[in-house]
Amino acid sequence: MTQKTEISLGDVASRAAEAENEIRTERMALNVGPSHPTTHGVLRLLMELDGDTITKCEPVIGYLHRGDEKIAENMTYNQFVPFTDRLDYLAPLANNVAYAIAVERLADITIPERCQALRVLICELARISSHLLGLGVFGMDAGAWTPFMYTFTEREKLYDLFEKLTGARFTTSYTRIGGVARDVPEGWLGEVKQFCNELPKTLEDVSNLLTRNRIFFDRTQGIGTISKEDALAFGLTGANLRASGIDLDLRKDKPYSGYEQYDFDVPVGTSGDCYDRYIVRMEEIYQSLRICHQVIDKFPSGPWYAEDAKKIYAPTKDKILTSMEELIQNFMIVTEGPQIPEGEVYFEAENPKGALGFFVVSKGGGVPYRLKIRAPSFCSLSILEKLAPGHMMTDITVILGSLDFVMGECDR
Amino acid sequence: MESIQDLLSDYEFLAERASADCPSVLCPAEKYLEFAADLRDKHGFDMLVDLTAIDWEHDLPRFMVVAHFLSTTKHSYLRVSVKCEDDNSPEIPSLATLYPAADWHERECYDMFGIKFSGHPDLKRILMWEDYPYYPLRKEFPLAGIETPLPAADIADVTGVEAEPAPMMGGPFVAPPQGVVSESEPRAKDESWTEIDPKPTKGGNT
Repeated sequence: MTQKTEISLGDVASRAAEAENEIRTERMALNVGPSHPTTHGVLRLLMELDGDTITKCEPVIGYLHRGDEKIAENMTYNQFVPFTDRLDYLAPLANNVAYAIAVERLADITIPERCQALRVLICELARISSHLLGLGVFGMDAGAWTPFMYTFTEREKLYDLFEKLTGARFTTSYTRIGGVARDVPEGWLGEVKQFCNELPKTLEDVSNLLTRNRIFFDRTQGIGTISKEDALAFGLTGANLRASGIDLDLRKDKPYSGYEQYDFDVPVGTSGDCYDRYIVRMEEIYQSLRICHQVIDKFPSGPWYAEDAKKIYAPTKDKILTSMEELIQNFMIVTEGPQIPEGEVYFEAENPKGALGFFVVSKGGGVPYRLKIRAPSFCSLSILEKLAPGHMMTDITVILGSLDFVMGECDR
Repeated sequence: MESIQDLLSDYEFLAERASADCPSVLCPAEKYLEFAADLRDKHGFDMLVDLTAIDWEHDLPRFMVVAHFLSTTKHSYLRVSVKCEDDNSPEIPSLATLYPAADWHERECYDMFGIKFSGHPDLKRILMWEDYPYYPLRKEFPLAGIETPLPAADIADVTGVEAEPAPMMGGPFVAPPQGVVSESEPRAKDESWTEIDPKPTKGGNT
């Protein structure tokens, strides 16, 4: 008669306890990455395994380091906008907006309502696009391929909308200090509205495939649990922090760009495991859609850039070509950069990946003296060393997927 | 919300610094750890969101470490700056035991500026490789980079390849930190036509 042994998948603690009792095997060093599909970019993990259990995990980063902060010290404020696209390249519009607001706070200029509303709209669209990819890829990491196909199709529609607005699908470079590059094209808002109306259908399809899926439960629940205290201590932000049960959303708590006018809820998780991070992101898409609807319904008219910021925002082409004063103004801004007063400012925006911060130090003139980028993915990854040990090797894919990081931003 | 005045009167060693947004204080290096612990335990600044440094170049002391704290309950930021007294081997205490988030931020600071954080559990480079000889965010480090041996010394031995500096300086879209931008930008010169020999048009010259 054969003897059956039941293998329990239990939680991490009991699994670690079981591993204690098992026969110790020789520790094995395993190197994952820097180029590996699991790592979503160029992240390298130096791991030590005891059988299938991870005993040590050290993330090695810097493979995508381009020295953005050094470059920023050597170019004018508007010239740096394209570099912000390449931080979190899954939500370039949100980065553009965060950077522009940081510098505008230093220059102390007021942004007209229309521009603020437009910025809120593109930030939320960027959030939807980033979360759509994040969720799809997360499903794929857990072994579910189909949701990715659905979410990627929707993201493609969003990219068409971005192209109509900014002229580029990926590297949008849409904001300027004091405004945006151009006004909304005719009929664009209607198309966004239509997209927002159609998206919930797809979300429902994705949700039907994942949210109550038994296999997905087993792969994600109780895996990668981050406690409240750890989340705070390691400086996690965004959905990763909220999934651990901390209600902190900078759009609500430190409103910028007129977020206080819009009515939306902040989803907060309870257990802080991979499943909670999935649920929080899923719900955030619905909340973003709510904001989008509100913005479009009361989209303000009026100027779409700060007209009184003569030394900061270059006037529109028709004015440059017809008026001497505006021509000189344009020439000065292009050659010497927007004139930002001396001072220090730190601004964080609630980006899809977490709080993206810009610390700008100016000594006056058109070039920042020091610009530090506080990347949410950098902080999200720093917890990995603590989070991974005790998990199975196969769980690392799920944990990485659920943290939703981007190496472009982490390495800068 | 506590005002900066309360902090300044409670901690006499603090000095206020100019800031365009959140309260900003200057803290002496020897009181830094004590103050950071109080911020966490008594004032509710439970999150260290950012830690970086500034190289003031000619203003001495040269290096200044700047940390941003956030209170997740009171929703307020606080900027704490600490001057590193010694310009040649800058060193200040590490926050890594109080705020684990400081671990990576301080490693980055060390990597980019060469500032040592005493008491850090594992202070090593994070973005650059371990044997990299320079501190790239110091002001004297050129934008174009400096040629250095490849990180993999064994590969460099076989191939003889050096890591080339990035072709940035003098290239397009680069503005100098001082002076007029237009002076540094090269312009494409089209030498295929002159006043005597006019520019070829699409349908040929007539």
